[in-house]
Amino acid sequence: MIGWIDTIIQGVLLGGLYALFAIGLSLIFGVMRLVNLAHGDLIVLAAFVLLAVVASFGVDLVTALLIAAPIMFVAGFALQYVVLNHTLGRDILPPLLVTFGLSIIIQNGLLEAFSADSQRLAAGAIETASIQLGGGLAIGVMPLMTLLSAIAAIFALNALFYWLPLGRAFRATSDDPETAQLMGIDNRRIFAIAMGIAMVVTTVAALYLGIRANFDPSIGPARLIYAFEAVIIGGLGSLWGTLAGGIILGVAQTIGAHINPEWQILAGMWRFSSS
Amino acid sequence: MLALAQLWNLLAGYAGLVSVGQQAFVGLGGYMLFAFTVYGGIDPLLAIVLCGVVAFLFAFPTALVVFRLRGAYFAIGTWVVAEVYRLVFAQIRPLGGGTGTSLPGGVTNSVFGIDIVRTLFDFRTALARDLIMYWTALALVVLIDTRRLFHSAFAPRPGALGDPRLRSGRRKRGRRWLPHQAGWVYAVTAGGTGMVGALIYLQTARISPDAAFSVLDWTAYVIFIVVIGGIGTIEGPIVGVIIFYLLQTYLADFGTARAARRRGCRPNICAMSRMPTASPPPAATG
Repeated sequence: MIGWIDTIIQGVLLGGLYALFAIGLSLIFGVMRLVNLAHGDLIVLAAFVLLAVVASFGVDLVTALLIAAPIMFVAGFALQYVVLNHTLGRDILPPLLVTFGLSIIIQNGLLEAFSADSQRLAAGAIETASIQLGGGLAIGVMPLMTLLSAIAAIFALNALFYWLPLGRAFRATSDDPETAQLMGIDNRRIFAIAMGIAMVVTTVAALYLGIRANFDPSIGPARLIYAFEAVIIGGLGSLWGTLAGGIILGVAQTIGAHINPEWQILAGMWRFSSS
Repeated sequence: MLALAQLWNLLAGYAGLVSVGQQAFVGLGGYMLFAFTVYGGIDPLLAIVLCGVVAFLFAFPTALVVFRLRGAYFAIGTWVVAEVYRLVFAQIRPLGGGTGTSLPGGVTNSVFGIDIVRTLFDFRTALARDLIMYWTALALVVLIDTRRLFHSAFAPRPGALGDPRLRSGRRKRGRRWLPHQAGWVYAVTAGGTGMVGALIYLQTARISPDAAFSVLDWTAYVIFIVVIGGIGTIEGPIVGVIIFYLLQTYLADFGTARAARRRGCRPNICAMSRMPTASPPPAATG
């Protein structure tokens, strides 16, 4: 019985990570109706940027996050402004193809720059720290922080969406791009800012991914699939739904793994297909 | 590769179903070939056809899941399904599990017709085998091509063959194919893809889940080929295949074979990302 409770708790915490993966995807889709097939690779790219910052400046991970987040914001802004804005339109095929190509460019670029070696981000003692709940149950500090970060990110984004003028512009462009443009909103800039913000969330996700597990240039697509499943299970267009989707996916995976380790990912997929 | 490209072109260019999960059926076909020939003792050529039938049948339950999704989400949905297939086949121990398995030499040499070709032309077994593979591949391409013409000619969408703009994937709203028609195209394409997969793995004689369900080899490259050559046109994939292999061979000088293969696709992507950038005006009118 304790084992099952433990499984579910771990699943919820794992769900926090998946929700962080998915928030960026959900945000991008919500604002500009763009499905970003390169999202998983952008997560991995962010993880490598963090790694490079740590390696070259010798700073700790929190500082590295503060340095990497603006870099990724600018990268996301530029990506959207220069490339992806041109692909948006009635037809869904161009953005799909371009982000798919982008996904492969990023994978190969990372492969050239960082080789195929598995990497990880070292966070020190906090990696293995845990909080005792009594009754033989314990939760890791890092997974808990992951979940809390996901919740904090959603609060921050919701605050941005509903309280700030920028958020109003986001919602307006999302609802009706033509009219928003008539009201003096520059859609291209708004889209680029949204992509930049999504990249900041992605960098946070990458931080936890890098601490939790090894990563190498080829794991991006699998992260994309988890993120996508979380978005779909949770329902489109709602960030809280995305969090719920991530948690459901995480719980399904850990329960599957509890029964048979080989079934972990399959169980998650089963949950997806029955949603 | 050409056959796969034609099939994807049929799916995306004509039916408007942008799938990035075709590797599901390549892998399914490949694994079914192994199951039929190693455990069923069926002649490989007959097994290829059976693989097509199996992939065709599997397409229906798959379609039930993915057709609930629309547009871009359909695309990722097909990818997820392909991952499920990969994980399921990685669980099947008799077929090698996660590490994969090889086809016994006897199977590849037992292909129907090898003896005839050998005695007719006085060739070695290996050469005769390659010849038969080549003929089968050619036959598959031709078969798929006629099937595509059949579909275009009987397409329920008026003007499907007339206006190239319409065919180039820029379909208008409200002119989408009805779900059951799209379902048929999807299933037929799956069957064809399964047969191609079976043929590929009859030639490779070695299968593993990661290779058989590789999104890069069986879908990404295929999409590049179709897009470079011209989506929704019959000659497009042919042109695309030629350009793709020229680029790959030309760029192979830059590094090791594996790196070159990967590099080979880079200019393609550049070309590809330029394509939609250059085409907003027609998109706006379409």
